[in-house]
Amino acid sequence: MKFSFDDEQLALRDATRDLLTRACTPAQVRAAWTNETGRVPGLWDHLVDMGVVGMLAPEAAGGLGLTFVDLVLVLEETGRHAVPEPVVETAAWGVPLLGRTDLTVAAGEHWVPWADSADVIFTAAGRFEHADVVLVPRPSVDGARRLFEVHGTPAAVDVADGRAAYNRGVCGIAAQQCGLADRMLEMTADYVRERRQFGVAVGSFQAVKHHLANARIALEFARPLVYRAAASIAAGEADAGVNVSMAKLKADAASSQSARAALQCHGAIGYTTEYDLHLYLKRSWALGRSWGDRTFHLGRVARAIL
Amino acid sequence: MTIWGQFLPSSAAATILPLMDLSFTTEQEQFRSDCRDWLAAHVPRPALPSGDTRAGFAAHLRWERTLFDARYAVVSWPREYGGREASLWEWLIFEEEYYTAGAPQRVTQNGIFLLAPTIFEFGTQDQKDRVLPKMASGEHTWCQGWSEPNAGSDLAGIQSRGVRDEAGTGWRLSGQKTWTTRGAFCTHLFGLFRTDPDAERHRGLTYFLVDLQSPGVTVRGVDRLDGDEGFAEVFLDDVFVPDADVLGEPNQGWSVAMATTGSERGLTLRSPGRFLATAQRLLDLARRSQNDVESPGTRDRLAAAWIDAQAYRWQTFWTVTRIADGARPGPESSMVKVFWSELDVRLHELALDLLGPHAELLDGDDAGWMKGYEFALAGPIYAGTNEIQRNVIAERVLGLPRA
Repeated sequence: MKFSFDDEQLALRDATRDLLTRACTPAQVRAAWTNETGRVPGLWDHLVDMGVVGMLAPEAAGGLGLTFVDLVLVLEETGRHAVPEPVVETAAWGVPLLGRTDLTVAAGEHWVPWADSADVIFTAAGRFEHADVVLVPRPSVDGARRLFEVHGTPAAVDVADGRAAYNRGVCGIAAQQCGLADRMLEMTADYVRERRQFGVAVGSFQAVKHHLANARIALEFARPLVYRAAASIAAGEADAGVNVSMAKLKADAASSQSARAALQCHGAIGYTTEYDLHLYLKRSWALGRSWGDRTFHLGRVARAIL
Repeated sequence: MTIWGQFLPSSAAATILPLMDLSFTTEQEQFRSDCRDWLAAHVPRPALPSGDTRAGFAAHLRWERTLFDARYAVVSWPREYGGREASLWEWLIFEEEYYTAGAPQRVTQNGIFLLAPTIFEFGTQDQKDRVLPKMASGEHTWCQGWSEPNAGSDLAGIQSRGVRDEAGTGWRLSGQKTWTTRGAFCTHLFGLFRTDPDAERHRGLTYFLVDLQSPGVTVRGVDRLDGDEGFAEVFLDDVFVPDADVLGEPNQGWSVAMATTGSERGLTLRSPGRFLATAQRLLDLARRSQNDVESPGTRDRLAAAWIDAQAYRWQTFWTVTRIADGARPGPESSMVKVFWSELDVRLHELALDLLGPHAELLDGDDAGWMKGYEFALAGPIYAGTNEIQRNVIAERVLGLPRA
């Protein structure tokens, strides 16, 4: 038993964090709310150049030939920075399914984020080529998730391939939720250390401490299930789907609890759009109900154990 | 070559970067199988009466002797003290099998899991030789003498005192300890006493090992919420304790004791095996009623409870990997304590809901769930209340300021 990441995997994560800290700042995420593409100009090329997008593809196909265990930590970083790019959809879902690294992939069960800038689009109905679809914009609560209804004639996707792609996608989203939770807790801990009321830092009050401690506990017990699900995917285990559903449920809980605690502990400033917190809150609300809601994932686990 | 190439060896990356290894070794699986077979052959049936009653305690000590004779009492200890030098992984495996087998509660556990780690770290060779083998066999049983009438969560408020004996060969202890689990049945007590009255709160405490047969000791059993005489008050009146029974240096008791609290909160006190077994019994209970399995609300709660037990298992594997690599358990142990104690309450609440009107009955096959619920409710209180643990998490994990 060795349930940890090795130095190379941690180095990949750190390199991604460094890149995103520079190239996906809160100001850039905010700009994606109103710019033409809904994405961060130039960021996708950086991610491609670093190998993030093609990580799971064989080297012969232009990828890094790595596994989902390598990818999961990187995806967690894209969550931490609320990256407004179809990273999970392309790197986790699309690249292994298509065996290509040169296509941008968008995917979603109902509404598809960033479908307008994707070469290939997947929905629950099947596969669409960009040239053949009519896209109808739909507004997301997270303005940095540019959503579309997809109209067209889908091509069928092999059921086993689709299921495997779905599990990779869900696990990727769960990793992003862990990153988001961590970011929101970090922002809030920083804030309550500085903000003073009644002559003391509000972070010294037990009521505030306990909100944040509860969210931190939720994250502590979500991450191992996400990493375990990633390993399960990488090993091609037959019950990977159940492990993925467990991971998504706990990651949902961690991110929603962190969002709730973060807003409450910030107080009114967190309720403004001038302050950056809402960029992360809204991403967590959007991801919390996409890629299978709580009922779906609980049902998948319940069927396996009862 | 990508930017990431700098981190990668030049040959094919997939063959160089190993997957996490989430399997146990052949030897570990063999150990699991041996434990399972031995437990199946030896676990007493029917189950023993509660070990927190006088009669039940005696029956449990006989079970402890059976465990000891087969070297299953303290699997992780060195062989010379009765163990089999099992790794932390093997200990977790043993715990999973132990609770899956429905084996008895461990009435020796406060000695084995709370005192022994401190003795291994701070004890003299003489103390190890005198204390550990008899603790492992159950000949000596140890209770924890920390709480006092005015020192519970605020442990540094301890008022029981120790003064230097006139002959200069030991100490004389006086004061009162309370809520001492199984104190009415145990032979020995480990606890903190104030030996420097002028020092500030955390300083001036000394860690003593006390023979409860010593003159001047009075023990009074106190009935607990669940009806068992599991608690005790321990009164000490000028009780002599030789220098050889001071653990660590005099006046260093706080830091010595803190080593124990890390074990207590963390995985050694309540390993995942307990909750995995409880979650499994809960599923078995639910399967007896088709209505329960088909009700979406109940089904979702069952799945959520089972997932939480799995989350604790994998969080433990995550932590143990780090410990096996040389890390020491840190303030994360407070998160573990809050999680398992509240999980235990949820598991039992759900079982009582499944039992419906049968839940209140104290006889019959399912009576154990109410008893278990009563015990689970103690979890968020003992070993440092969950409110204190949340303060620790906020201050030491998240870096928030102290009040």
